[in-house]
Amino acid sequence: MLGPTLGLLAVFFLLPIGVAAYESLFSWDLLTPPRFVGASNYAALAAHGELLRVALRTVAYSALVVLGTMSLGLGLALLVDRPGRFFALVRTSVFSAYVVSWVAVTLLWMWMLDGNGGVLGRALHGSPLGDPQLALPTLAVVGIWKLTGYAMIVFLAGLQAVPRSLHEAAALDGAGAWGRLRHVTLPLLAPTAAFVATTSLVTSFQAFDVVRIMTQGGPARGTELFVYAIYEQIFLDLSVGRASALTVVFFALLLALAGLQLRAWRARGAVAR
Amino acid sequence: MRERRAAAALWLALGCVALAAWVFPYAWMVVTSFKTLPEIMAAPTAPYARHLDLGAYREVFATMPVARYTAVTAGMALAIAAAQIALALPAGYALAKLRYAGRRRAFGVVLACLLVPTQATFVPVFLMFARVHLVNTMTALVLPFAASALGTFLVRQALLAVPDEIIEAARMDGASEWTIVYRILGPMLRPTLVSLFLVSFVFHYSDYFWPLVMTTDDSVRTLPLGVALLREQGTGVRWNIVMAGNVVLSAPVLALFAIVQRHLLRGVGR
Repeated sequence: MLGPTLGLLAVFFLLPIGVAAYESLFSWDLLTPPRFVGASNYAALAAHGELLRVALRTVAYSALVVLGTMSLGLGLALLVDRPGRFFALVRTSVFSAYVVSWVAVTLLWMWMLDGNGGVLGRALHGSPLGDPQLALPTLAVVGIWKLTGYAMIVFLAGLQAVPRSLHEAAALDGAGAWGRLRHVTLPLLAPTAAFVATTSLVTSFQAFDVVRIMTQGGPARGTELFVYAIYEQIFLDLSVGRASALTVVFFALLLALAGLQLRAWRARGAVAR
Repeated sequence: MRERRAAAALWLALGCVALAAWVFPYAWMVVTSFKTLPEIMAAPTAPYARHLDLGAYREVFATMPVARYTAVTAGMALAIAAAQIALALPAGYALAKLRYAGRRRAFGVVLACLLVPTQATFVPVFLMFARVHLVNTMTALVLPFAASALGTFLVRQALLAVPDEIIEAARMDGASEWTIVYRILGPMLRPTLVSLFLVSFVFHYSDYFWPLVMTTDDSVRTLPLGVALLREQGTGVRWNIVMAGNVVLSAPVLALFAIVQRHLLRGVGR
């Protein structure tokens, strides 16, 4: 009964890591026969600090997205955690962005940011996507708009799990709304926050669509994030070896993040037994 | 009392700001899709279309085989979601309820796969499919997702809460293991499975990344790719057409979301 699942998972999730590690030792352009080159793909990537720049850029993007979605998501969760159709509508609207395709979201923002006719682009006197300094934060804003709904929903589930009796006890002890938030709600939300933080970190670390559609890594490579760099190597430069080497490095980085993620999941009680 | 009122007004105001920030972009998308190109050139930020011009939609249907792309996309998403349920149910059962050597290790494999995103596997998987000439086929779009680590994990967690007595009673009545999995436990897990199915369907219907890297031509192109191409091809960017494509892409998903919101939220907020 486990057979098909384990087989498919092994072929499509575990075996590929091995294939990537193997291919990373060759130089291959998909047309002529591959040539063994040892570790020189890794050396070429590390040279000129390009690999480090891509990694740091990805970390910067992820940090912006995590900070933005967490603070907005928590704020919105506290806001919409009250009865009434109006707040239900706010909840639904914010979450809908998480459901809609990245394609729709990115094209919509490109139009709003358009330097000639976009409602935001005109107000900003030109599209920030054309500015090497502003392009990455702008992509992060779009990522935040898309992903905040997810953070909000998870925080909302955390809020609703806080026992009412604790609030009542704190109120009897004379705690005001602010005191109850600081000393009862927020400490109890810590495991939820760790869960949201690690999940959004891993999600934004894998960001690709937003780069591919909005900037293609430009301007001046200012938005070339990790997965887009891999994509460029294999499909634009036809360099299988380099793409594989990048994949191996990317996987190693994800493994480090996964350690954090598993700890957060355990704390939230998702992985029981 | 007055403070209460002030607080309520503040919450209401903040709610309006949030609502505007998330609803305005959609409204703008729809308004733009009903404008004509000269209208956009003349007054790009006019808050309404002069009249409901369907030219942009006609152009979308003329330049893009909308029906075929939609059929490919929906077929792919349906196949993935159905396969995930069909495979996750017996796998979750084997992990939660059967006793055998290696069970912990098998669970470890599932958990490990939960942490490997497709962004880390697409290069080698593309090479594997290229070797067996399966690039640009439905197989390359569906098969890698047929087994879901997340689905298996969620089914296992849900089955842990089902008492063993039910399974033992069924075995006493002579039910086969497959009968137990699909006819007895399946219906019991209905809420979990419905959420799983819908989350998976919506995700894959909207997915841009995997169909992009697994196809090099038009043969199994999906709707998100087609709509993204509306902007890339042609001279100048005709935003009314791109926004009309956007409406075609997102309206069905938003409608489905409005209908099944409850299930999707349970799937995500679990």
